[in-house]
Amino acid sequence: MSTGTAQAGHTAAGATGDAVCVVRDLVKTYPAVRAGRGAPALPETRATDGISLDVRRGEIFGLLGPNGAGKSTLVRQLTGLLRPDSGTVELLGHDLVRHPERAARLLAYLGQESTALDELTVALAAETTGRLRGLRAREARAARDEVLEELALTPLAHKPLKKLSGGQRRLACFAAALVGERPVLVLDEPTTGMDPVARRAVWSAVDRRRAQCGATVLLVTHNVIEAETVLDRVAVVDRGKVIACDTPAGLKALVSDEVRLDLVWRQAPPLDVPEVAALRPKATEAGRRWLLRLPQDQARAAVAAVTGGPAFAALDDFTLATPSLEDVYLALGGRTKGLVRT
Amino acid sequence: MTDQCVAPAAPLAPRARLWPALGAVYRAQLSRARVARIPLLFVATFQSVGIMVLMRGVVDGGSEARAVVAGSSVLVVAFVALNLLAQYFGQLRAGGGLDHYATLPVPPASVVLGAAAAYASFTLPGTLVTAVFGCLLFGLPMGGLWILLLVVPLAGAALAGLGAALGLLAPRQELATLAGQLGMSAALLLGVLPPERMPELVVRARDLLPSTYGVEAFARTFAASPDWGAVALDLAVCGAVGVLSLALATWAYRRAAVR
Repeated sequence: MSTGTAQAGHTAAGATGDAVCVVRDLVKTYPAVRAGRGAPALPETRATDGISLDVRRGEIFGLLGPNGAGKSTLVRQLTGLLRPDSGTVELLGHDLVRHPERAARLLAYLGQESTALDELTVALAAETTGRLRGLRAREARAARDEVLEELALTPLAHKPLKKLSGGQRRLACFAAALVGERPVLVLDEPTTGMDPVARRAVWSAVDRRRAQCGATVLLVTHNVIEAETVLDRVAVVDRGKVIACDTPAGLKALVSDEVRLDLVWRQAPPLDVPEVAALRPKATEAGRRWLLRLPQDQARAAVAAVTGGPAFAALDDFTLATPSLEDVYLALGGRTKGLVRT
Repeated sequence: MTDQCVAPAAPLAPRARLWPALGAVYRAQLSRARVARIPLLFVATFQSVGIMVLMRGVVDGGSEARAVVAGSSVLVVAFVALNLLAQYFGQLRAGGGLDHYATLPVPPASVVLGAAAAYASFTLPGTLVTAVFGCLLFGLPMGGLWILLLVVPLAGAALAGLGAALGLLAPRQELATLAGQLGMSAALLLGVLPPERMPELVVRARDLLPSTYGVEAFARTFAASPDWGAVALDLAVCGAVGVLSLALATWAYRRAAVR
């Protein structure tokens, strides 16, 4: 067993021998779309623009970026669903560009859509997926029961997915992805809409598979908090390119000299206070909220200014925090919107 | 890549085999249909029953009545297998649902045949109800209704294959729905109306429709002493078209699943 062998401590060099998935210079361009009735013309889009990655055995590797960054297009190429224009994808020693059909025999994929399973009951969705993953009837039933129990879905086993809440439906699709073990799990935003209990169930199920079978996980997310807590390494994707790839801690070290200051005003900000007026050009404003990224000494001075005198009377709330992956993303030149913190 | 340490390729998990996978898809699709499509089966049956009631005033027994009853019964198959299956595959493709199957090691034929078989067998009760009602309405003998056990799967295969292919090949979901509706309208107009009254050109078009042979086979069994050779020939044509249209649908699935 190779439990957690490739962890945060590894450096990029010399670790490729243990790579599960090796991606080199991957390019995928969507052709321009002519304007149709009610649809605007779209220019040619490079959804994947020369991406190279190494995912190591046993790690949870994340692709972080806002919607439209090219994460899902990249994942579709890694799962054999989409043919790249050029570049190579090697998964567990198999060339997936030449043999895309092998992907299904190496990995389990949880896509964003549940259309194929929506009208089935949770139990039948899991069992059928297991059967189609090559399990015998008895094995599929046993695996189904085990996974539903593990994810606390047994009470919902006989409900159709359609009748479940968004988070429960997502969990049921995740259950289907786990039936019939695979050494690689590719999960595209698996926890969307889930409550904290369901999220915990997902991450402990993932951890169990890592510990027991050395499974490798490729995770797509636009949630920075999730990325920071569960990922071993993360590639930050923006406009079809990987703009950084390291451990979350390593990435945050890039912006460690900055802190993040959130100010919420009761009503209008007190611009008659000179210190507050001076902060305004540096702030990203969203309604009554100001978001500032400042060097530590300036942040201290700003906090002193807003927590004393007339500025404090106008202040509703403030938080001071160390930088998150969102700050890293912005510092690296990512577009401003689209990552979530929930 | 020369800088990679070449590790032996990991073993591939086994593929799902054709028949077990087909069975799994069939079972799942049948349960889906039970949950979601029962109201539509009622619609299909009432539609056919309504058509027969309407035709009762126009047709006065004989070969025309046989054609109406046979055509209305097979229309239920066309409604579900052609129209609903085209919609289903169109929706599956548009909604990204094909990714689910495409990332499982399942033969394309299992997915297409499983779904087609489920939709076709789902039509059997509606077809039987329609046929029995038609026989009572027009006073036809019911001794030959067992032929439906052959007509439904064979015409079902032909129509379901066509429906699946339309759904998978249509560039947009709405076009898949439209194609399914048009196919069903063709089955309605060309299948239900007695061919004796049709112009030559329309009779030719009727010969091109796979459901026609199912209708003909069924209509022949109402005769006092049916020409079993002709029935078998009709059914054979139906089966052959079924094989072709299912092959087309399988090809369309492959094409739609990996882009």
